[in-house]
Amino acid sequence: MASTAIPGTHIFDGAAARKGYALNAMCFSFNEAANRDAFLRDEDAYCARFGLTAEQRDAVAKRNVLAMMAAGGNIYYLAKLAGIFGLNVQDVGAQQTGMTVDAFKQMLLDNAAAIPTKEMAHG
Amino acid sequence: MAKVIGGVFTSHVPAIGGAIHRGAQNEPYWKPFFDAWPPVREWLGEQVPDVVIMFYNDHGLNFFLDKMPTFAIGAAAQYRNEDEGWGLPPFPVPPGHPELSWAIIEKLVAEEFDITTCQDMLVDHAASIPLALAWPDREAPVKIVPIAINTVQHPLPSAKRCLALGRAVGKALAEWQGDETIMVMGTGGLSHQLDGERAGFMNPEYDLFCMDNLSADPDALTRHSVHEIVELSGTQGVEILNWIAARGALGDKVHEVSRSYHIPISNTAAAVMVLETEAARAAGNAGAEKTAELA
Repeated sequence: MASTAIPGTHIFDGAAARKGYALNAMCFSFNEAANRDAFLRDEDAYCARFGLTAEQRDAVAKRNVLAMMAAGGNIYYLAKLAGIFGLNVQDVGAQQTGMTVDAFKQMLLDNAAAIPTKEMAHG
Repeated sequence: MAKVIGGVFTSHVPAIGGAIHRGAQNEPYWKPFFDAWPPVREWLGEQVPDVVIMFYNDHGLNFFLDKMPTFAIGAAAQYRNEDEGWGLPPFPVPPGHPELSWAIIEKLVAEEFDITTCQDMLVDHAASIPLALAWPDREAPVKIVPIAINTVQHPLPSAKRCLALGRAVGKALAEWQGDETIMVMGTGGLSHQLDGERAGFMNPEYDLFCMDNLSADPDALTRHSVHEIVELSGTQGVEILNWIAARGALGDKVHEVSRSYHIPISNTAAAVMVLETEAARAAGNAGAEKTAELA
């Protein structure tokens, strides 16, 4: 990227799309319930079927979202994997920011304090 | 001649679908968001659109990274919503309008947009949830033309290009010879970021800038590059591109009918806006005068 990096932010660009293809393909398959069940039945075999790289397989085994992203995972696809473990985007956000889920949720609520007062009039 | 009445702009967070399925609309967490909708439905009740041009982005239901179109136009007679990985029941999706789809496709290509056409297309929560919010508890009584913009895999189209796309769609609607009442929807945003160490980021100041300028000066929203929009709005806040494109289809002058802004819904700063065109405003005033006379 020619532009300045944005702290804490990973742009899902061509390099990431190439690197993450196998992992994202596996996550895309989780749109089907039968595939989610197959993953839960035999995670190793399911990951092998999609040819995950060692880095991707390790990140999935550790349920580590930042590591999955470093391995090219895209959050929209990873959200389908997270769903298999019953994790929502607050759980995923908490893990990535190193916060407890409660603290992360509080941070989301606290963002409301930054709404300019002019806007409050609109409800 | 067809009439373009305006647009409904809204966040499309999947959790909204979950709240609808649970009947949680009146819970304290959800009420501020759902309270935005009665005025929207009132406006829809007055204007009675029968076609929705839906500007949205797919999140990995219809499109995977094997083929990722920058702009994809639905041209199907039927669309479906399906399981997106979380096992939620699919929402009903109204039928398509293939004739209007092809008129838009013809116009866009004539205007030198190199688009993808889709005769078989799943539409995800970004299209189905806004329709379910506008017309709850039933299939929306409209036909739809879905227009999917890539907001997932960079490089994304610029805000300027999205506004131009919307304006070209607006030209196609102006030339359309049908007698439909047409509205647009622009879905997604506002500021949010799901991924990375900055997850949870929101920016009310930027969101307010977008909402304040959407009606009168949408070009103001195109002065930021996609990279700058990501910085200001979050990695997923870049879905504002869908709003910008939808706004483009409405012509130069529109009026703000309603606006709601609430933090947070899930990880997102949620917003709902209605903008109406001059034509719709004139018709609305005429209708109001007629009602006054009758009273």
